[in-house]
Amino acid sequence: MPLDNAESSTRKYKVVGTRPNRPDGVDKVTGRARFGADAVAPGQLVGLILRSPHAHAKIKSIDASKALKLAGVKAVVTKDDLPDKTDGDAGLYDVLVNVMAREKALYQGHAVAAVAATSAAIAKAALKLINVDYEILPHVTDVDEAMKPNAPLLYPKMITDGVDPKPKKPSNIVRRYEFGHGDVEAGFRQADIVIERSFKTEATHQGYIEPHACLANVGPDGQGELWVCTQGHFMVRDTCARLLGMDFSKLRVTASEIGGGFGGKTTVFIEPVALALSRKANRPVKVVMSREEVFKATGPTSSSSIDVKIGATKDGRIVAGDATLRYQGGAFAGSPVEFGAMTAFAQYDLDNVRAIGFDVVCNRPKQAAYRAPGAPMANFAVESVIEELAHKVGMEPIDFRIKNAAREGTHSSYGPIYGPIGLLPTLQKAREHPHFKAPLGKNQGRGMACGFWFNFGGQSCVSMNIGVDGTVSVTVGSPDIGGSRASMGLMTAEELGIPYEKVRTVIADTGTLGYNDVTDGSRTTFATGMACILAARDAIKKLCARAAQIWGIPEDAVTWENGHAKPAGANAGNHPPMSLKEIAAQAPSTGGPIAGHHEYSADGAGVSFATHICDSEVDPETGFTKILRYTVLQDAGKAVHPSYVEGQFQGGAVQGIGWALNEEYIYGKDGRLQNAGFLDYRIPVCSDLPMIDTVILEIPNPGHPYGVRGVGETSIVPPLAAVANSVSAAVGVRMTETPISPPKLLAALEKQSAMKKAAE
Amino acid sequence: MSSVHVSTTINGDPTDYVCDADETLLDVLRNRLGLTGAKEGCSTGDCGACSVTIDGRLTCSCLVLGAEVDGAKIGTIEGMANGEKLHPLQKKFIEHAALQCGICTPGFLIAAKSLLDHNPKPTETEVRFALAGNLCRCTGYDKIVRAVMDTAAELRRA
Repeated sequence: MPLDNAESSTRKYKVVGTRPNRPDGVDKVTGRARFGADAVAPGQLVGLILRSPHAHAKIKSIDASKALKLAGVKAVVTKDDLPDKTDGDAGLYDVLVNVMAREKALYQGHAVAAVAATSAAIAKAALKLINVDYEILPHVTDVDEAMKPNAPLLYPKMITDGVDPKPKKPSNIVRRYEFGHGDVEAGFRQADIVIERSFKTEATHQGYIEPHACLANVGPDGQGELWVCTQGHFMVRDTCARLLGMDFSKLRVTASEIGGGFGGKTTVFIEPVALALSRKANRPVKVVMSREEVFKATGPTSSSSIDVKIGATKDGRIVAGDATLRYQGGAFAGSPVEFGAMTAFAQYDLDNVRAIGFDVVCNRPKQAAYRAPGAPMANFAVESVIEELAHKVGMEPIDFRIKNAAREGTHSSYGPIYGPIGLLPTLQKAREHPHFKAPLGKNQGRGMACGFWFNFGGQSCVSMNIGVDGTVSVTVGSPDIGGSRASMGLMTAEELGIPYEKVRTVIADTGTLGYNDVTDGSRTTFATGMACILAARDAIKKLCARAAQIWGIPEDAVTWENGHAKPAGANAGNHPPMSLKEIAAQAPSTGGPIAGHHEYSADGAGVSFATHICDSEVDPETGFTKILRYTVLQDAGKAVHPSYVEGQFQGGAVQGIGWALNEEYIYGKDGRLQNAGFLDYRIPVCSDLPMIDTVILEIPNPGHPYGVRGVGETSIVPPLAAVANSVSAAVGVRMTETPISPPKLLAALEKQSAMKKAAE
Repeated sequence: MSSVHVSTTINGDPTDYVCDADETLLDVLRNRLGLTGAKEGCSTGDCGACSVTIDGRLTCSCLVLGAEVDGAKIGTIEGMANGEKLHPLQKKFIEHAALQCGICTPGFLIAAKSLLDHNPKPTETEVRFALAGNLCRCTGYDKIVRAVMDTAAELRRA
């Protein structure tokens, strides 16, 4: 069915845009909701994983004979139980190596063996009885160090891709990327003012409160089941089945309620191991990570090192932007530096722009996606320079941004020409916002930043069953990570013309629906939501056909309006409208059950922009930064459930504030993580923060029937720069490294006062 | 491992169990008693997802041994609603969209109830400090604070 999207900006909605209670609310406030670790199977064993204490080591041998002799131990698995079945798929091979080390341990926390036993105590004792003989190798954990010619090599044969001519010597640089257009050098020649700075950001963790957990059950007949907290159970099924040599259809994966993911649950870690243990023991095996394991052995984001150079004329027009970005992605290829390079300048309308990215490996856990992966670091660097450049030019930073903002028709820095986009409206609303005019006190500063994220569409499959009582069951395959069941229900109700309360959305297992992509890329409300709308249209066609049958008129003589079938015109006869409920009640005698379906791969995810404003106060004695006020203005296209849109804005902003001020992976010289716990890896707590004000803008996305754009990720892009700009304004020193922790801020203040003294 | 016999009252119900001497109360609740509303987010007392009350006092159940609570009265999220009647905090959390993924929600509700039991008219700052031992990674706390303040106001009116 072709999309009829022209109406999205003028359409009057009945239920979309309201704020009903979420369908899983009662379960979640009563403790009844079942998350990853909450499942139990009869006869289940406890699975635990043995991890490398070394950052880089050759595994000479593994002897599990003593562990196997311990009473209660039912299985031990090593790489030998997960043979390479990846058939030349390099990405899948990396997943295999990451879930169970082979010749080398590539980071502290890398899995080397696993055990299943009848109790946690026995499993713990068994881990201690597994003897691994390591030969310790030199390691590297810093991205700039890893790029040096004499750095220890993770892969002695790795030659950098994307460089012409091909380098002759191996290095830790996986690949070089370049994006942009125009002539950057020529652009800088036109500039009156040029600012060039270098930045560093530390790795952070998504910090979902629920550690990874799964319950695997595989029989000797090659059939299995897996209960798991994940952002994408179809991805888990396909990945695990391929690694274990199972048929996809024989592994049924059920997504539990998920206790946060933010991108960190878009791959597998413990799942193939749990399945291998279960297969070997022929018993159900439950594996639950500890928080320490989550920090050491899942997928934090990249740390980065970035150079930015931007030039402008004295009347405030940016004439050239240039950036070089270096991201380490842990011990495997695939840091999000490509996205960093693509998004760095995406918020500006530039004739001359270039962004070069280097994907680098080092001895850290393999990075995983974290909300707009790769963009926040690049944005921090670029938006810091923009703020400084605006001041140098003598313009208010907001006016400087408005003057150079990307708009409809702009040739984006990463290639495409923008359609209707919402950056300028967020900036204009920001300038009118009371926050922008509020007075500031001593040691206080205001900063702002604009951010961008692409958003994604992808594969969705939705099934919609109409009950004879006129209620509707919507079956989707996208795990609900922040209220999507409510928005699916709202869109279904809107399209069918029935109350929201008559719709129930359930998330089905992998045996029930066709493939659904992972809940990522801010895709679910957009793509799975659009599949719900299209499945509803499919159901409406069938409802109309039933009405036609009842009335004895042709199918094309029936239309659907406000939840009722109606004769299309006077020629169709004089039949009173029939409601969905009335038609559904007659289903058994008019042809049986009525259902709608839609399966597709969605295109047309509209990009999303945001502007953030941050006020902070710095205590010059301690270097502590307090966020005083924070406002998020973002284009949602159409807010389906505004409360959960606001929630995405607020949550992303606060994760970004944590990244800007507190959060970092701290490595010792021994390559070991020194703060693998929530006490020392400090995420923002309630008393750290003010309310997070939000302004939802709705610039319809032409690629969605209601104009919806994804909203989940853009909100984490601007905070690093907005906070850094605010702190820099408060103290008069440009902060170029995150986190802007008290020791770093104090050091910067001391340096500044020493320079002042020297100048006197 | 020697086992310990413990007699407690959980959510008003007399409850006996046998646990290992080194087993946390959280593990007892979750693994022996099937009360999985309390969650393990860290096992170090930093995230508050396992919050319960012991004799009325807000506690991380991961920091207490199952063997320690003999004779105590324990309150968990499973005991918060009165039959089919939700506690006002539970209702307000849903209405205010104060949860996204919901893993931290039981802990927040226990902590918030503990606050309101002791302080029926908290300021925003008092709410923020009372909930500072509970980590939420989804919401940025804004809607949680609003839900608690709104509940307090409603309970004062009642």
